[in-house]
Amino acid sequence: MKYLTLAATTFLATSAYADTPELVVYTYDSFVSDWGPGPVIEKAFEQTCACDLRFVGMGDGAALLARLKLEGARSDADVVLGLDTSLIAAAKETGLFAQTAVTADYDLPIAWNDDSFVPYDWGYFAFVHGTDLTPPANFKALADSDLKIVIQDPRSSTPGLGLLMWVKAAYGDEAPAIWQGLADNVVTVTKGWSEAYGLFLEGEADMVLSYTTSPAYHLIAEEDATKTAAAFDEGHYMQIEVVGKLAGSDQPDLADAFMQFMVADAAQTALPTTNWMYPAVMPAEGLPKGFETLITPGKALLIPNEDVPALREEALAEWLSALSQ
Amino acid sequence: MALRAFAISTKTGIGAAALVVGLILAAVCAVLTRAEFGSGLGPADWSAIRFTVFQAAISAVLSSLLAIPIARALARRQFPGRGLLVTLLGAPFILPVIVAVLGLLTVFGRAGWLNMALSALNLPTLSIYGLHGVVLAHVFFNLPLATRLMLQAWQTIPAERFRLAAQLDLTPRAVFQSIEWPMLRQIVPGTAALIFVICLTSFAVALTLGGGPRATTIELAIYQAFRFDFDLSRAAILSLVQLALAGSAALLALWIIPSVSMGGGQDRPRQRWDARGGVQRIIDILAIGIGALFLLLPLGAIVTRGLAGILLTPASVWQAAGTSVGVAMVSIAVLLVLALPMAGWIATAKRGSVEAVGLFGVAASPLMIGTGWFILINPFADPVALALPVTALVNALMALPFALRILVPPLRDTVQVYGRLSQALSLTGWPFWRWVALPRLRPQIGFAMGLTGALSMGDLGVIALFADQDRTTLPLQMYRLMGSYQMEAAAGAALILLALSLGIFWIFDKAGRMNAEA
Repeated sequence: MKYLTLAATTFLATSAYADTPELVVYTYDSFVSDWGPGPVIEKAFEQTCACDLRFVGMGDGAALLARLKLEGARSDADVVLGLDTSLIAAAKETGLFAQTAVTADYDLPIAWNDDSFVPYDWGYFAFVHGTDLTPPANFKALADSDLKIVIQDPRSSTPGLGLLMWVKAAYGDEAPAIWQGLADNVVTVTKGWSEAYGLFLEGEADMVLSYTTSPAYHLIAEEDATKTAAAFDEGHYMQIEVVGKLAGSDQPDLADAFMQFMVADAAQTALPTTNWMYPAVMPAEGLPKGFETLITPGKALLIPNEDVPALREEALAEWLSALSQ
Repeated sequence: MALRAFAISTKTGIGAAALVVGLILAAVCAVLTRAEFGSGLGPADWSAIRFTVFQAAISAVLSSLLAIPIARALARRQFPGRGLLVTLLGAPFILPVIVAVLGLLTVFGRAGWLNMALSALNLPTLSIYGLHGVVLAHVFFNLPLATRLMLQAWQTIPAERFRLAAQLDLTPRAVFQSIEWPMLRQIVPGTAALIFVICLTSFAVALTLGGGPRATTIELAIYQAFRFDFDLSRAAILSLVQLALAGSAALLALWIIPSVSMGGGQDRPRQRWDARGGVQRIIDILAIGIGALFLLLPLGAIVTRGLAGILLTPASVWQAAGTSVGVAMVSIAVLLVLALPMAGWIATAKRGSVEAVGLFGVAASPLMIGTGWFILINPFADPVALALPVTALVNALMALPFALRILVPPLRDTVQVYGRLSQALSLTGWPFWRWVALPRLRPQIGFAMGLTGALSMGDLGVIALFADQDRTTLPLQMYRLMGSYQMEAAAGAALILLALSLGIFWIFDKAGRMNAEA
């Protein structure tokens, strides 16, 4: 009976903040985990807004978008945080997002001029490896080497899709040949980032597709300097994570305040060591100690948002045919 | 046969079955109503279907065949630690996929124990990635379950049969042919069909260990349709293909099961005079030894990884653990309400093939069910608020086929043996359950409850679609930790999950087997 009571109370527990306005923010799972930015940001924002900030975590960026499409205009969400540059075109096509006046003095490798989405952090995709290994200088060298890599499936994971775009942006029509060369280096393909990174840490591969900022986690949080990222001379593809306001929000002013908060100093200082990405706006005290050890790609690659959907189909077909042989 | 006229819980059983089918079809229909354009199945989908069926068939056949010698050995041997081993048989099945995969990789991976041993001996190393890796993982998940189901069947053979066999001085071979083989013919097809259906919906295991997009399963194609293309009509069609494949496998298996009864006995303790010989002993020791190693090495790896991380687990993990236990208890209650009447109906039905209905729950893609119900609930209520009840219900549906597989064969025997007497005494309906079925089925009910609880603990399923920050289950919390680089804390959470699931499994299983030999 005790269990049933426990279960019943868990089920029936509802929001007790009836009088304070509630801001519902949809985001990806790792954002709301204990080590993610969620708890810090929630606390800091609630101190300024006299509101209740509620994060709803679901899968990753692609899951967020699928959920919004399912809910349509009826969505409870006021703000969506965690879509990235490769999903922006599809997100805009839904017509669910409102334009915003929120802006900031961005510190991005590219100029930002989207009218609906505000970037809050960004990173470069990169292959992370142990410092005991001499990394290849580019995709061609990687393909010629015996190094084993783990990557994510572009059909189920945003970094996986990022890698497709990276190869496409760097090599264009040559991309299928690059993938054919890489086929024997790929140990396996995983459903998401967590699985791939877990496999890499278990020693299943020499390199894993992640971010240039991943070694900062090991260095700062674990005082482990044995991980680094390989700098590729064809440039690194960028992922810019954005926050947007839904047109159907019943708290539009609060939503704007939250978006402004995400690019203000408090949030931007917290993001590098919780989300392990670069801040979109340089905080007053600069980057945390340890970030200076990271590689800085010579060239930032990014396919224009509106070209992504068409290119995605083509790149996926090439990827499938190269790796299925 | 006269005893066919004896029916228990037909109406409630059909009602429960209709509810199960209704809930699942409602989800598919809900998704179809939102589908915008029909894009049919492409060549990639067909190759995913072929691969899925192929790997599931191999996994099912291998798991079932390998389980026979192990179950046989466990059924006729007593040794210290046997009870623990039988309980641990429930373990792989309930583990979240990624935990089990990492455990397997610690043993069989590129840098795993096996390859370290091989290279120390200057032998070539082995790669786990490929079809064989997928099958290996599926056997790891399902062999223990198959063993448990068969062990249970072995124990329903009346002790008098073995006594008679011993008196006639039958050779082990003759005992196998006359007593054990007829029993196996009843159990193996159903077990294999169940495993086939479980492997049909495999996604992350197949992809991770399959080594790339060659190992694309239907479930991945469904995931892609939902998440990558947002093509709801393709997702729904693929789900229906999955259900149809599962349904035909189940019908085929249940159709070839012969309807023979082991006959009644007086429930004496079993003694096996036939297995005392040296060769039989060696065979059994080998079967148990190899089976236990295959089971315990990866589990040991999971425990070792977890111990280091258990101190790092944040309070939220324990909170999520509490929620998961609550959900598991509700799942168990829902399961009993569905499974007992359905088992009663199926056990007395003319055609056992109606049991196929139960398989729907495990054959339907969780993503499909979750999305479908989301669409249905959303106009009326906040799906997030219903996250936990929905999870409990889906978990119960998933556990239903296992519960039926556990309950139906012994209930069928009970009806065949005690049906006439009960009818003569006007012991039908609830009194039959109360005085005949429930007491006789207590070990199986305990097993089914324990398995449901444990399955529910380990399932990620639909919660991922519905959850928010405050309503998370333990597996979801574990994935969130992994997503924040907290691999060690996640391993700790996995160990807590393993311990809690096994605890729940053990308590119910033990309560069922109290005063009865295992």
